[in-house]
Amino acid sequence: MGAVVLGIGNTILSDEAAGVRAVEALEKACRMPADVLLIDGGTSGMEMIEDLSNLDFLLVLDVVLTDAAPGTLVKIAGDEIPVFFRDKLSPHQIGLPDVLASLELLGTMPKEIVVLGVEPVSLELGLDMTPTVAAAVPQLAAMALAELSARGYVLEPLEASDKLSSHGHVLEPLVAVAA
Amino acid sequence: MAQRITIDPITRIEGHLRIDVDINGGKVNKAWSSGQMWRGVELILLGRDPRDAWTITQRICGVCTTVHAICSVRAVENALNLEIPLNAQYIRNIIITAHAVHDAIVHFYHLSALDWVDVVSALKADPDKTAVLGESLSSWHLNSKHEMRRVHERLKGFVNGGQLGIFTNGYWGHPAMKLSPEVNLLAVSHYLQALEVQRKANKIVAILGSKTPHIQNVAVGGVANPLATDSEAVLTVERLMAIKGYIDDLADFVKNVYLVDVAAVGAFYPEWTKIGKGITNYLSVPDIPLDTKGTQFAFPGGYIPGGDLSKRKAITSFHDEYWQKGVEESVKHSWYNYADAKSLHPYKGETTPNYTDFKDDAKYSWLKSPTFYGEVAQVGPLARVLNGLAAGHEPTTKYATAALDTVSALAKTKIGLDAMHSTIGRHAARAITCCMNVDTLADQWTLLLTNMGKGDMATFNAPVFPKGESMGVGFHEAPRGALSHWVVIDNGKIKNYQCVVPSTWNACPRNDKDEPGPYEASLVDTPIADPEKPLEVLRTIHSFDPCIACAIHLTDPKSGAAFSVKAV
Repeated sequence: MGAVVLGIGNTILSDEAAGVRAVEALEKACRMPADVLLIDGGTSGMEMIEDLSNLDFLLVLDVVLTDAAPGTLVKIAGDEIPVFFRDKLSPHQIGLPDVLASLELLGTMPKEIVVLGVEPVSLELGLDMTPTVAAAVPQLAAMALAELSARGYVLEPLEASDKLSSHGHVLEPLVAVAA
Repeated sequence: MAQRITIDPITRIEGHLRIDVDINGGKVNKAWSSGQMWRGVELILLGRDPRDAWTITQRICGVCTTVHAICSVRAVENALNLEIPLNAQYIRNIIITAHAVHDAIVHFYHLSALDWVDVVSALKADPDKTAVLGESLSSWHLNSKHEMRRVHERLKGFVNGGQLGIFTNGYWGHPAMKLSPEVNLLAVSHYLQALEVQRKANKIVAILGSKTPHIQNVAVGGVANPLATDSEAVLTVERLMAIKGYIDDLADFVKNVYLVDVAAVGAFYPEWTKIGKGITNYLSVPDIPLDTKGTQFAFPGGYIPGGDLSKRKAITSFHDEYWQKGVEESVKHSWYNYADAKSLHPYKGETTPNYTDFKDDAKYSWLKSPTFYGEVAQVGPLARVLNGLAAGHEPTTKYATAALDTVSALAKTKIGLDAMHSTIGRHAARAITCCMNVDTLADQWTLLLTNMGKGDMATFNAPVFPKGESMGVGFHEAPRGALSHWVVIDNGKIKNYQCVVPSTWNACPRNDKDEPGPYEASLVDTPIADPEKPLEVLRTIHSFDPCIACAIHLTDPKSGAAFSVKAV
């Protein structure tokens, strides 16, 4: 029931943090309705089975490797989803694929899955994202909001857009989508 | 002529571990364990506030977030000589124990059972006969005919629909698979039930830790859980009662299903109680502190040289000198350089990479090679169980006896303690530990409520950082064994930080004396039926529960590591 926005990636590997940071941006930007849960999944796995069971909509925010230019935003949906998880375009370490396979066994797969990703510049050790990817994070968050809105989830924006980004980028598009 | 095989990656969950073996005459005669990612998390921590370190260390690994958070605050508290309130110990104890129960269940059923259980063979089972078998083994309510028929139908649906999902690419029909179709079906049903049950352990962590997978409630000096018996916003009696419910359900599954299943695998694969022994120096740290200082523990720890229980030497407190002085790390076969000394104590540890490519007789791993008083040591549940037995620890004796009695009854022959020094023994030890852990969960829960009942609501003692330098070590008997964080603090900032993690102890490369590590030693003499499908190697390595995301870190996702054989 409901939707989950799941940010995954290792926050100590520079751009790998993008999915998690986008979830944090959403948390600061909007009051989520009761049927939308934001999760900082980090690199965890089976712990998430509970929260990912029986969803109407699972929105995954991640770093993806598609050979596109760094900072490029990518949407993966429909038939591309199984291919995405099989080929591990996402460099995060764990098994979201394992979690999804388990949900399949339990008969509790999300009805719909969409992955929104950003192409990284660097996956070196470090707590800060590169400027290119940091700049893409608000757009990633805005895309996430648009996906939620398109499915009828009502999101109430919190005020003061200058608080929205931890990296100094004002989330204009995000607020626009939310309104 | 020896045949070389390389297995990379070897974990079902990605962990970037590579195993190479030379096979001669159908047996392994030499093995190499190699961490394929560079470890450098320590470097990020330099110069930071020690109070923040736990939030960073819990990102080291996706499987063990909680253990690195706890170990980090223990290290800083150790450096400051800071005691924490009893309630904080109890809450931390419940969190780490619930995490351990979760980890053990997931490890056995979801990450290693399929090394022993042939999913496709389960289709040939008679569900009613399976139920009779299950009911003869334990009183678990879901061993019924109804449940076995349901699982059988469900499995048929998956296989016939070509959707094996997580079961795709298993070594089905491998000559080393020996369970009957009925035993296989019983195991598959428990696999599915375990997926449901493991959630309950995670709910306990979520309630106390405020959030999961990354807990939010830990602090240097205690925990951030406000306690009260009469307020909505805090950890209420109602929420504590919910935790008790989850604990009872977990205990039922662990004692009536998990322990029995592991005993059954041991009984049906008796040859595997003689394979996989390897290093028999066992190191374990005491855990589940029962006082504010960390001088009394629910579980004993210590060092057992050469598998001789009579020679055990105890580790007795968070400030234990025998422990602190014994640990060193070598980099002779690791992709690092030390400025001069051969091996270094973690307080003096250096993290200077020196990648050379994989060299059989020189450097071949990103893992360092830890030693205890110069000796390689095996850590993990087996070390913990043997320490408990050597120390006369009553709960260990109770569940170890129960496990060995069940195996003996099923195998119709007496299986003794010697069988524990093996691949199966490591699984058995994990199940024995898990039984103790579900009891500990209930005990710690009672202690917390009793202490709150006395009116003690304290959960935090504020840390004070002295001028100048101080050093501390935090240790934790984590699901995979002895974990330690070593911190040097200078004027309130981190000057050095080293994590010596369980999988470094077990998966390490050769040390200064060129002695193999526990993984490497355990593989020698393992029979290999089919070098193209080295299931036997996976069985032994998986029995350690490999998880080296923390042992090493950082990778180039596009680097072309050798994928001669892909683990499933």
